[in-house]
Amino acid sequence: MAELVPMRKAYGEALVALGQQNSKVVVLSADVHNSDHSYMFEDAFPDRFFNVGIAEQALVDVAVGLALNGFIPFANTFAAFFATRAVEMVRTHACYGGAKIKMMAAYAGLSDSFDGPTHHTVTDLAIMRSLPNMTIVVPSEAGSLSGLLAQIAAWDGPVYCRLNRNEVPVLFDSSYTPQIGKAYTARDGGDVTIIGCGIMMGRVLEAAEQLHKNGISARVLEMHTIKPLDNNAVLDAARTTGALVTAEEHSVIGGLGGAVAELVSDQAPVPLKRVGVHDRFTETGPYDTLLDNYGMAVADIVSAAQAAVSAKKE
Amino acid sequence: MHAHSDQLVRDLSRKALEFRIQVLKMVYSAQSGHLGGAYSAAEILTALYFHHLKLDPDNPSWEGRDRLLFSKGHACAMLYTALAHRGFFAPDELMSFRCFNSRLQGHPDPVKTPGVEIAAGPLGHGVAIGVGTALALRMKDAKPSAQTSPSARASAARVYVVLGDGELNAGVIWEGAMSASKYRLGNLTAIVDYNGIQQTGASADSMPTEPIGDKWKAFGWHVIEIHGHNMRQVLDALDHADEVHARPTVIVARTTKGKGVSFMEYDHRWHGQPPTQQQYEAALAELQQGVEQWQN
Repeated sequence: MAELVPMRKAYGEALVALGQQNSKVVVLSADVHNSDHSYMFEDAFPDRFFNVGIAEQALVDVAVGLALNGFIPFANTFAAFFATRAVEMVRTHACYGGAKIKMMAAYAGLSDSFDGPTHHTVTDLAIMRSLPNMTIVVPSEAGSLSGLLAQIAAWDGPVYCRLNRNEVPVLFDSSYTPQIGKAYTARDGGDVTIIGCGIMMGRVLEAAEQLHKNGISARVLEMHTIKPLDNNAVLDAARTTGALVTAEEHSVIGGLGGAVAELVSDQAPVPLKRVGVHDRFTETGPYDTLLDNYGMAVADIVSAAQAAVSAKKE
Repeated sequence: MHAHSDQLVRDLSRKALEFRIQVLKMVYSAQSGHLGGAYSAAEILTALYFHHLKLDPDNPSWEGRDRLLFSKGHACAMLYTALAHRGFFAPDELMSFRCFNSRLQGHPDPVKTPGVEIAAGPLGHGVAIGVGTALALRMKDAKPSAQTSPSARASAARVYVVLGDGELNAGVIWEGAMSASKYRLGNLTAIVDYNGIQQTGASADSMPTEPIGDKWKAFGWHVIEIHGHNMRQVLDALDHADEVHARPTVIVARTTKGKGVSFMEYDHRWHGQPPTQQQYEAALAELQQGVEQWQN
């Protein structure tokens, strides 16, 4: 069993470290900073922290004003709100109007599991991905956050970054230094490629191990950047392994699976199976139970890979 | 605060009428655009761009500039006209308004158009973006004296947000208003072009917002109410707002939708309809007559 690290705490620490390195970084919250741990930045830099109250639309618009005037605002609220309540602000001012705000989407996916479907986020990647000029990052490891945060701050455009509420496994060694826009090859293989992101990476690696025992050699790509997608890595995987599986804590519509499907159907058609939530709302329950019961179990990845491999033989 | 000369008031008033003629030509030529709300904002924008704001048209992103956030984006024909005549781009370009391949989009685009600070069109954004802008300027100019001393105007850049009254229907306006008050943003002034009419009719029927001054006051703002087509009152109110510290100010400017063309005034149908040739000629004649009056 891999070591577990709380992502929230890692995020708070990474945010403070970023604030120390870059005086232009400011942090905003829609009054959930004790949840997402951005309070740690408030403690360290009270003059560079702004709580706009339970007002997610203003959260984005106030961040826009800061971004257009020389600051690098990290806006914090639950993922469930950025791509729903505040999305018009995001589209008009960040994507169209050129404000390079950084949206830190806490409690993403099903990670706020007991709060139920109103607090689950399984459509944000699809919504954000459809917006021109948007960049989307889904970290899988707590340890990668400080490196990613510095890149997000320096990124020449708006960024939407998912954060997990819970403890997440340590999956990779210290050589893992994710670069925005570049897939990470977590495991090599020749029969099929499983492309995953976020909390699904632990499950993807476990599935790859099971497949190996059953005679299927799976390559594993960690796609921490959903947009811009690392087209080369996906196309190379399609051409050299001939079958693909995507695995994400999101609807199978429009997220990582959608992005991969759009790319390969156009440039390298191969069998592709998408693992994720099948176009429905979820329910309250333990995190792992929800992932297992809403289409994201290790067994779902394994059977998707087997189906993809079979399809390429037909 | 000092008294503005009669000459200044006359010159700016005439300019506002000339700008109405320019806007008429743009909307008539494009056969598309919003005259009513452009006309109600004419004096406000003229006072800001041609007297009050610190700007450098040769360097639109000059750090020390005042920020004018034009929130009622549909009325941008007047914004473009003011920017062009202030020197941000050639007035010749104005006739490309709403044309394909133009920098002058149907609603303002800050990436394309010099001098435009924010995207607008979807209503309600100006106050909250103004809050972020005012916070940014305050952090950049951290010297306490620059925010609080009576002579602050000489050094510190300020933020001005031009709003319509219709967009006060939007909830995010009031989210922003609360933040402005919480953060004591004395460097933020909102000007409401309160013309009383929105797309479907009287604002009072669409969504009553009165008593509007009391609402802003209750949100912690300093409130100034003026007649928004009286140039002297507009100029005085802008000066007055600059002297208010530690809280934001709103200038509620009572205006007339379609102001300057008798058959457009108070008529919601002129919110977003272009004139026919006959209407164009009648409007042009009336506005030209108005300009001549100011020249006497």
